Formats: sequence, structure tokens, C-alpha cells
Amino acid sequence: MATVGFAFSGYSASLLDLVSQPYLALHIPDGFLSFPVLAVTWIISLALIAISLNRAQAEYKDRTVPLMGVCAAFIFAAQMINFPIPGGTSGHLLGGTLAGVLLGPWAGTLVMTAVFIVQSVVFQDGGITALGANIFNMGLIGTFGGYYLFRAIRGAIGRDKLSGMVVGSAVAAWVSVVVAAAFCAFQLAISGTVPLAVALAAMVGWHVLIGIGEALITVVTVIYVWRTRPDLFYRPPRRELTTTSRPLSTR
Amino acid sequence: MSSNLSRTRNRAFVLTGLGIALLIAVFLSPFASQHPDGLDRVSQDLKFDAKAKEDAPAKRLPFYAVFEEYALRGVPEQVATPLAGLVGTLATFGLAWGIGKLVVRGSSPQDDSSDLP
Repeated sequence: MATVGFAFSGYSASLLDLVSQPYLALHIPDGFLSFPVLAVTWIISLALIAISLNRAQAEYKDRTVPLMGVCAAFIFAAQMINFPIPGGTSGHLLGGTLAGVLLGPWAGTLVMTAVFIVQSVVFQDGGITALGANIFNMGLIGTFGGYYLFRAIRGAIGRDKLSGMVVGSAVAAWVSVVVAAAFCAFQLAISGTVPLAVALAAMVGWHVLIGIGEALITVVTVIYVWRTRPDLFYRPPRRELTTTSRPLSTR
Repeated sequence: MSSNLSRTRNRAFVLTGLGIALLIAVFLSPFASQHPDGLDRVSQDLKFDAKAKEDAPAKRLPFYAVFEEYALRGVPEQVATPLAGLVGTLATFGLAWGIGKLVVRGSSPQDDSSDLP
């Protein structure tokens, strides 16, 4: 019994909604994937979540808990903000790499899982049957793949340098989005929804651009945390080198 | 282990971070691009957007009576999305915090209850 504020209501409105749903970056709705693909992605996601639960129990201290809340809230909010992409398309942050950089792969995975559960269950964004696929594509590729790529680049440039953090997180963020798009295309193709070559070209084509937005937002956030509380990173820079980059006040 | 000072600083960071998230979700969300995003666009271009289930399972949950995607039902259009953003951000914050509380050892200072029978 919602009061509809525009001229057409009811059925035509819902049809119109179907044509122009503004929010769905890589969120796969129910109906795009076949049962085997749904099952496999669920199994992989649940297995990685189980490992993360185990490792989180062993590895983190209780000061991490509020950070998990903040990180999840920020990523949820950022995912609502679609930025325009040339060509009449839009994209938004996925945040998997960001969660991995801030919290490490284990807590990062749990945070991303929380985000996708709320989106799918409360806001019908991403299908519930496709939740396993969405958690894997948009979350776990970033929290695992993105994180370890970030770690490798950071180590090569300098663990305790801002430049290492920035280049590592930028590259990892971009790569994780493009890889997520490719995985999504493969899942659609295996499901028989769309031919692989076409889907791959289209998905990767757009997400090459969307990934730039991902990298920018990730880098800005990483720099902010570096300048305010570098000790909160999952693998914080060693102290003696950070004195120069720690102003007394936060802007 | 954690001194009062560091506890205060951590609380400040958490409140700042949550504040930033809420500001984004409430004040920026109405300005989000309305263009179809990556997968949306591809599904329209390649003509498989109609495969999305109309009667998705999420629409049978009670939340569907409250939110239509990222819009609170029954309120003026201008505040529907900001309010959904507010609720969603807080819900996500709470869920992630709760998972952390349950999982991270030592986060319950009183009892070290393990799952052993």
C-alpha cells in the first residue's frame, strides 16, 4: 500500500523498474545463473568463509572488531554511490581489495560477506540464490586475490613506504575488478545465459573503466588511514619510518 | 593492554569512520549516477536482462514490504534513498561488528566460552 507519487502505478511501474534498475554493478540477480554454477559458487564461497572464520579466531585481537564494523559500513555506503562511466554506464566501488588491505584477507572476507548479505536480503540487490556467486566475485576475489597481489607489490616497492601501499592497492583494486568481471562473464556463459566471447568482451570492456574508479576510491581511503591511524592497517608500517608522514592533526 | 588514551583514539576513529559512511549513504546517495552499471548495461546490450526473476526469493522476505531496492517505501521520493542508506549502513555496521564479536577470540572479556560440549 505504498503511496505512488507518479502518474503510472502498479504493474507498468514494476515493468519500468525492470528495464531501468539503477543499482546492480556486478550484482547478479536471481535467474541469470544455472543451478550447477550457483551450487559451485556457493560451495567455494562457504569454504573460504569457513576458513576465514577459523583464521580470524586465531589471528585477530578484539580491537579489530569495531574496525570490521566501520569497514563494512563504509563499503556498503560507497557501493550505493554509482559514478558515471563514459558511454552512458555507471559503476561503483566493490571494496574487496580495500577490505583486504585494511583488515587482512580473513576479517576482510567476513566484512564483505556482511555487506552482500544485507544488500541481498534487505535491499533485493543481488539475488539470494546468486549470493554465493556475488560474494565470490565482488568480495573474495578482492579480499584474497587482490590482497595477495597488493602484498606482493607493496613488498617489492617498500613495506613501510606510502608509495608501496598506494601503488599496491591501486593495482590490486583495478585488477580485482577486471578479474571479477571476467569471472562473472564465465559464470553467465557456463549457465547458457549468453555466449562467452560476447559476454567477456562486454563485461571486461566496461570494468576496465570501472576499475579505475575502484582504484581511486581505494587509494584515497588508504591514504586517509595512513595519515590518521597507520597502526590500524592489517600489516602496519614499521613505526620509525612513519614519523615524517604523521601530522599532528587530521584534516 | 590498551591504555585509556588508545581506547579513546580508537573510539574517535570508529565514530569518524562510521560518520563518514553515514554522510556518504545519506547525502551522496541521491546524486549517484542513474545510468545502468556494468552488468546491467551488458545484460541490456546482450538482451538477457529479461532473465532476471520477477518473483525473486528476496521479494518474499518481510524487508520487501519496507524497502523497494534502495528506497524506503511510503515516504517522499527525496528521502526514500537517503533513509534506506542510513538503515543499510547501520545494519551492515551492526552485522559486521556482530560477526567480529562472535568470531574474534578475547572479544568477550567475561567468559571465554568455546564451542566444546
